[in-house]
Amino acid sequence: MKARLSLTVNGETHDVLVPVHKTLLEVLREDLGLTGTKHGCELGECGTCTVLVDEVPVLSCLALPADLADAAITTVEGMAEGGRLHPLQQAFAELGAAQCGYCTPGILLTAQALLADRPSPTRQEIKEALAGNLCRCTGYTKILDAVELAALRVGVPR
Amino acid sequence: MSADAGKHEFAVIGQPLPKIDAWAKVVGETKYADDLFLPRMAYGRLLRSPHGHARITRVDTARARALPGVYAVISGADLPRVRFGILPVSQDEEALCTEKVRMVGDAVAAVAAVDEETAEHACRLIDVDYEPLRALMSIEESLAHPEVRIHEYGDGPNVHKNVSLQFGDVEAAFARSDLVREDVFFFEGNTHLPMEQHAAVAAAGPDGKLTLWSSTQTPHYVHRLLAKILDMPAAHIRVVATPVGGGFGGKLDAFAHEIAACRLSQLTGRPVKIACSREEVFYIHRGRHPVLMWIKTGFTRSGEITGCHLRTWLDGGAYGSYGVASTFYTGVINPVTYRMPVYKFEGARVFTNKPPCGPKRGHGTPQPRFALECQIDKAAEQLGLDPAEMRKRILAEPFTKTANHLTVTTIGLGECIDRVVEASGWRTKWRGFFSEEATSRARPGGATAPSEKKRRGMGIACSAYLTGAGTAVYWNHMPHSGVILRADRSGSVAVLCGATDIGQGSDSILAYLPAEILGIDPKDVHVHPADTSLTPVDLGSYSSRVTLMCGMAAIQASQRLREVIAQAVARKLAVEPGALAFRDRKVGVAADWERAVDFPQAVELAEAMHGVLAFAGSYAPPRRAGKYKGGGVGPSPCYSYSACVVELTVDEETGEIELHDVWIGHDIGRALNPLLAEGQVEGSVYMGIGEALMEGQVFRKGVHKNPSLLEYKSPTTLETPEIHTFLVETNDPEGPFGAKEAGQGPLLPVIPAIANAVYHAVGVRCDEVPITPEMILKGLELRRRGKPARVGPERIPLFTFKAPVVVESAFGQPADAIAVRPFQ
Amino acid sequence: MLRLPPFTYLAPRTVDDAAKALASHGGAAMLVAGGTDLYPNMKRRQFEPSVLVGLLAIRELRGVRGGAREGVTLGSCTTLSAVAVHPEIAAHYPALATAAGLVSSPQLRNMGTIGGNVCVDTRCNYYNQSYEWRKAVGFCMKRDGAICLVAPRSPRCWAVSSSDTAPVLWSLGARVRLRSAAGERTIPVETLFRDDGIEYLAKRPDEILTDILLPPADGWRSAYLKLRRRGSFDFPVLGVAVAVQMEGDVVRDARIVVGAVASQPRPAPAAAAALVGGRLTSELIARVAELAAGPAKPLDNTDFTHPYRKKMTRVFVARALASLAGLAPAGEPAAEVA
Repeated sequence: MKARLSLTVNGETHDVLVPVHKTLLEVLREDLGLTGTKHGCELGECGTCTVLVDEVPVLSCLALPADLADAAITTVEGMAEGGRLHPLQQAFAELGAAQCGYCTPGILLTAQALLADRPSPTRQEIKEALAGNLCRCTGYTKILDAVELAALRVGVPR
Repeated sequence: MSADAGKHEFAVIGQPLPKIDAWAKVVGETKYADDLFLPRMAYGRLLRSPHGHARITRVDTARARALPGVYAVISGADLPRVRFGILPVSQDEEALCTEKVRMVGDAVAAVAAVDEETAEHACRLIDVDYEPLRALMSIEESLAHPEVRIHEYGDGPNVHKNVSLQFGDVEAAFARSDLVREDVFFFEGNTHLPMEQHAAVAAAGPDGKLTLWSSTQTPHYVHRLLAKILDMPAAHIRVVATPVGGGFGGKLDAFAHEIAACRLSQLTGRPVKIACSREEVFYIHRGRHPVLMWIKTGFTRSGEITGCHLRTWLDGGAYGSYGVASTFYTGVINPVTYRMPVYKFEGARVFTNKPPCGPKRGHGTPQPRFALECQIDKAAEQLGLDPAEMRKRILAEPFTKTANHLTVTTIGLGECIDRVVEASGWRTKWRGFFSEEATSRARPGGATAPSEKKRRGMGIACSAYLTGAGTAVYWNHMPHSGVILRADRSGSVAVLCGATDIGQGSDSILAYLPAEILGIDPKDVHVHPADTSLTPVDLGSYSSRVTLMCGMAAIQASQRLREVIAQAVARKLAVEPGALAFRDRKVGVAADWERAVDFPQAVELAEAMHGVLAFAGSYAPPRRAGKYKGGGVGPSPCYSYSACVVELTVDEETGEIELHDVWIGHDIGRALNPLLAEGQVEGSVYMGIGEALMEGQVFRKGVHKNPSLLEYKSPTTLETPEIHTFLVETNDPEGPFGAKEAGQGPLLPVIPAIANAVYHAVGVRCDEVPITPEMILKGLELRRRGKPARVGPERIPLFTFKAPVVVESAFGQPADAIAVRPFQ
Repeated sequence: MLRLPPFTYLAPRTVDDAAKALASHGGAAMLVAGGTDLYPNMKRRQFEPSVLVGLLAIRELRGVRGGAREGVTLGSCTTLSAVAVHPEIAAHYPALATAAGLVSSPQLRNMGTIGGNVCVDTRCNYYNQSYEWRKAVGFCMKRDGAICLVAPRSPRCWAVSSSDTAPVLWSLGARVRLRSAAGERTIPVETLFRDDGIEYLAKRPDEILTDILLPPADGWRSAYLKLRRRGSFDFPVLGVAVAVQMEGDVVRDARIVVGAVASQPRPAPAAAAALVGGRLTSELIARVAELAAGPAKPLDNTDFTHPYRKKMTRVFVARALASLAGLAPAGEPAAEVA
């Protein structure tokens, strides 16, 4: 069963004709060419494929586009505004929070939702917010540091 | 460059710069293998064996071929009858098995189709008949059933490798000792678990040439193996390593999906992508060997080691992979850390019907390190010594040789110990080994008062690791790493190098070093990595070799370029080349900086004088392998050192362990970029924690028990403690600007430090990892019953090791005066 | 990439339409809300329904109504995240907020629903595996096979109830409302479950769980403790829900329900009865914990060894009760054991 769907991704509306059983992850990567969204298990067990739906982090491997017609979807490609990186992206690059970089998009988006909700999170709150994103490279240390740095910079406009 | 590097003020080296590929990674632009979509591309899947051990009697692909949307179906019969393996001595793999399958997950056929769903559907339509054989699932089982042969080759029935080396008379040393301990340890196998599942895209062209883009740590070895496996000229094959989404040693062989993608592309005339599922990644494996160890060490009253005898039994799984090297690595690196005058090592790798083990971060060395460091803890207790002080007292001497003829250069371990002891508050918090009385007194812990049922503890351990293997996996006299540097009239510099960035930052190192030497910004450097048709060979991202080896090659190429530019600018400015400095994107008179030309202009001057500015750099490690059979595994240009203190809490009711802090000191020689170096250390600590407490590649009823990210337990943010990293710089003469490795060594001490901290907390010796809550409770129960509170393996296999290769101990001999390196 | 098998997707906007759709497709249709349980199972080919009736577009199924005085009604499609942070629930039914907040990961809680968690499929590490894996080891009776691999001589399936919220709701005396094209019924939550790994719900396939009804808080205190290897992702391999109604410092009524040790949440009525009329002293708690651990009979089909899970039942019941007694920090993550 194919469905004609209108998906709003990163502020742009896309009309797609896709089998209804294709997950959001598959449609983003394979139909919209947005390969910034990665995947590590496709079973909801790693957080790698996290995107934002109406500013809320969700697992794109378990989301059906058919349920998202009215939603605003944000992927890592939509984090920067124009040529200006999101403070999280800037901090992740500067502090070495992305090693292999594969879990990075999902973590960036999860952290973006956290900062939108809680602009000055404690380290423990950051850990809890990112507890659904596995990373095998960093030991999370630089990731937590980078979220803290980004929060600091957002809190104190330059 | 390296010898006098310490005198310089560096512009780039030592700066906490972003990685050059960080920007693409944070915006989602980086293209990993599975992100490649080519026109007309077909999607492949592999059919894998459901049997642990079986003869294949029939493969019929007719029904699969008839499925609409299927482009091609292949089995082993469609590939040249070639066996391959990463090591020349273990040519025992087939991309698609023809006669036998040796594990659940062995590939037997492959499909290319219009999409993945069709390919998967077609796989289920392939009819394979098997005649099941007995699957051997443990070392004991494999040794007990010599009538069942997993392979026909090896050092005995189901014995892949049997090695024995002896350096001096250990029995005599034990006889002279004040304390001799014998202990048995077990280290469970575990896997790399990169977040990126393996994937490859192959494109065979109408000209008969073939390109493979793959998530691999070693495009060069894959290139060589593909030529052999596909029986075509290597000159017609191009292998490109895509950015690797986590490797840790798991992407170091040539794999069935890569080979099948190539063959399917040749047959269909389409690009073919095969992306493995998470479950398949668990079958590909090549991870940490389960190792059973018996270790006997003699000590003097003051804690000096008199001699050590180590036996290891490795559960190798179904194929050779790097296993011969792994076997040696379980024995050869331990002597690098402490003074160990005589040493004997016996090791055996046994085939079983499980996914093959191989190199995982630390390759073969974390297991014996766990054994040695826990044993030292026990010895320190018996000798009444502080285990931190004892270790510091027995450190190996810099610039000497070990018993097993390894040349050690700088050793910063003493400072590493000092730093972690100081930072952790060891002296005030540790206060003696576990004792029943001590449980009633306040334990270390600072602010948070532990409840009655929770006990704090601290443990320490140290380690050493190589900075690059001294020999390639195939014997040759060529460079291990090569760099081509090309200066452009724009002032940019292109670096071509076969090195593969697996997240550790090798691309960035290749930008930093030329930038430092040429006085330009790393941003001016364009790095083109890991493309066999374009880049000089680098052997691959393994054995912590990349920063040192491609770094040295990059330095050599940069110096050659610099020399030519200096000549041209010197002529222009009418000074001696030696009077010039390169900095701030200028080349000018060091003593009179007003007289400087911009770097692009300097390049033009040089190009006008010399023609195209392209220079090569080559590196091969010093040739100083021990002159005995087996001496090729273990030598390295230099060794890194780590010391680790762990503080944790053990819940005596639940057996659960909570880590609070890890302090780790790491002798890195020099931190070319402290930020990246810390990241490597932190990642190593993390991975060590997982191995110590929860990760296990375990099997049940012949299959992997938990091939998923949910049930294979990998620590989340909530299990990962605060990690405090201290980089110690020793400016090693062998490394680029003095640098040694950081990506593997710091994993090693974490595991025994945790085990030692558990003992400190609750008096239970866990001689086995992962340390589970069940083990803690078992130990506590033993303690309550007045028995030795030790949990671990109870026996060792009945096994006859080879007669040892007997060599005189080289312990304490001075290192060869600056070793001669090829291509200098 | 693991992919879903094909299906027809219906997204009705009302419960009535959903009930009709379900009825009209007979056994071929399955319900799905957040998808966090069903989709992974479908990707592993544990289910291959030809029709899915999605509930996410039905507004009336979302939200929390009422208050602690008269009782609270939760729409079944309220996300676990919303339940976890709802102030009325956190204040008066804290065990439920705790349990909802401990399900899997933050992202999954943003998608998964309370109704879905109550109805979550039973789990077994011989069952929650890919088609190829199950084929290799031999299919089990819960899907594609005839025997139970955990207990090969058993005529029944021993898959484990793995809901965090179900034992809590049971301990709180909750009821659930079920609607079908034929009508509506409201039943105590404990009658929703059956002691069978396959037929683990007493809900008919044509029924939709629409609401969860919590009784007035009425002096009840509650706590939930969860055993699992990691502080995130992992299903409970033991979940202990305790609720006590106090009169002064004397227990007037009590319920103890243990999750993840059987195919349904397992109550410990004898243990709960032993609390009644007593004070929550360490001695009483120890005795009650011993009683509560009696009925727990975990098998070797989850993470951790089953003797350990059995042993921990006593410890966790004691700790949960101690937290209610103020003897230990209540619901503290440290006690929840990451």
